[in-house]
Amino acid sequence: MSENTNNAFLKVEDLVVEYFTDDNVVHAVNGVSLHLDRGKTLGLVGETGAGKTTIAKSILRILPDVGARITQGNITLDNQDLLKLPEHEMREIRGNKISMIFQDPMTALNPVERVGDQIAEVIRLHNNISHEECEKRAKEMLAMVGITEDRYTEYPHQFSGGMKQRIVIAIALACNPQVLLADEPTTALDVTIQAQVLDLIRDLRNQFNTAMLLITHDMGVVAQVCDDVAVIYAGSIVEYGTKEQIFHHPTHPYTIGLFGAIPSMSEDEEWLHPIEGLPPDPSDLPQGCPFNPRCPYATEECRKAAIPVFKTADGHDCRCCHIDQVKKEG
Amino acid sequence: MANQEPVIRIEGLKKYFSTARGLLHAVDDVTFSIEKGKTLGVVGESGCGKSTLGRTIIHLLEKTDGKIWLEGQDISDVKGRELRKAREQMQIIFQDPYSSIDPRKTIEATVREPLVVSRKFKKNEIDDKAQELMELVGIDERLRRSYPHELDGGRRQRVGIARALALNPKFVVCDEPVSALDVSIQAQVLNLLKRLQMDRGLTYMFVTHDMSVVRHISDDICVMYLGQVVEKCPSKELFKNPLHPYTKALLSAIPSTDIDHPFQREILQGELTSPINPKPGCRFAARCKYATEDCQQPQVQEEVSPGHFVRCCRVGEIN
Repeated sequence: MSENTNNAFLKVEDLVVEYFTDDNVVHAVNGVSLHLDRGKTLGLVGETGAGKTTIAKSILRILPDVGARITQGNITLDNQDLLKLPEHEMREIRGNKISMIFQDPMTALNPVERVGDQIAEVIRLHNNISHEECEKRAKEMLAMVGITEDRYTEYPHQFSGGMKQRIVIAIALACNPQVLLADEPTTALDVTIQAQVLDLIRDLRNQFNTAMLLITHDMGVVAQVCDDVAVIYAGSIVEYGTKEQIFHHPTHPYTIGLFGAIPSMSEDEEWLHPIEGLPPDPSDLPQGCPFNPRCPYATEECRKAAIPVFKTADGHDCRCCHIDQVKKEG
Repeated sequence: MANQEPVIRIEGLKKYFSTARGLLHAVDDVTFSIEKGKTLGVVGESGCGKSTLGRTIIHLLEKTDGKIWLEGQDISDVKGRELRKAREQMQIIFQDPYSSIDPRKTIEATVREPLVVSRKFKKNEIDDKAQELMELVGIDERLRRSYPHELDGGRRQRVGIARALALNPKFVVCDEPVSALDVSIQAQVLNLLKRLQMDRGLTYMFVTHDMSVVRHISDDICVMYLGQVVEKCPSKELFKNPLHPYTKALLSAIPSTDIDHPFQREILQGELTSPINPKPGCRFAARCKYATEDCQQPQVQEEVSPGHFVRCCRVGEIN
């Protein structure tokens, strides 16, 4: 993790996002801070509904107009405050400086537009170049993700899932973005295709020195691709450090629980160790630590007030007031 | 117990679908048996025919060819009342707990349905059995009158399990039962399935694409590729000593959580080829780095070592 967080390329500080429904408020993101440097990959790990996608959408400012609100926080890219930019300037940034790979390639593409044109569209929007030049660049992008250029004129339904995901990646990378938000880019894919796509993403990141936020729930993917890891639970980051720190010294009871729940590939165990209970309802979060109803270490202190961030022995961040005890028993 | 009939035995099972472009060989010549109380894991990538195989065995789909025995009794061509009787013994737990449960029925009504339909029980017996089942799978008393949309994925899957077990089946096809669940919940459901198997002597066919899940739950594993079983052996053996080139590639593609030993990945080129009118040879040959002329010939399943079957003519040379 970079020591100097003040000069980070992309910074998210104390972000709070809420969704409003008829009769309640959903607390999707509750005071999240992240930072990301060029050429680095930060893994954002958590379960369904933890707020991962909401964070990415907040950075791109593509949350729904009605019903969602960023109520607090700053997002800066290269010292430019993204949340204060007028919409027309934000449009210059989307797809150009920051782009996003969406989770589901089946729905992210336009089914009635040729795939090549979908790539060329992004290039045309952000560059003042001729039609032919756009098409040439779009073909190069196709080739880069391993699709022959004679398929430029085909439609999404003519491609397999893995190829569609590669087209989505080609669109995201078409303007050499400085920041790539990859939202579960391989979740919908089979493992052998996932391996191909992860390699591709990694190569492209190295080639273009892109800063990448990789959203996933798969610890294996994190282990293979990321430099830093942030573990998110119920809209709060509960643990944040380098990949080595998190994988070698997981400290938050939730992180430990997550690792424990994955069936081992090397040891034989009769029973798995699930985290008992369920994630909390984000419209009715428990007082104090959001994990306290499921936590074996929870005490009165955990149920009273919000838990501050503590430093662990190896120097990473952990939002738990019992880290010493967890370490002793862990 | 050794000479007891296996709960399920299939031989040369085939399921073809006719499509506009020709015959789709979804399941092509699959043979195996599962002993009582054991779990056979079936793994493979999407479109390899693993779900179709499960559905064909329990007669949700009509087979094209082949034989199926349930506890030694030939049920390949049963119809009418006989089929109904056989179906009581064979149940399925579906992948998606969101679409496999009737949204307009309460949880209790869903669990009661098979008991009512079987016409074997009196009303008060049905009440008792339904309560017992819901207790068994851990659905709280207060949720029994709720509707599926009020439940999370893990609880819904418990409802699917209770419904499958209602008539005390001998054989259960678990079709990706935990794929839609988060890991912490997935572990709860896997433990439940295992406990039920121990308590009731259930026999499972566990269909999944998740290698760590299949390793945990299975006694034996079949690896499928485009409708065919390419390798079958005891679970431990498969992970220690995979022999088929596809199995090797599949295992090496799993992202490991061990950050100190970045694995030697063998990245497969290309993707699944079409299962429509496949050529007679090895179906994996197009992606296989060991492929030669011989691979264009039909491949037979060979027992390489006791209990370890491989469908590859070059298995001896490449290992």
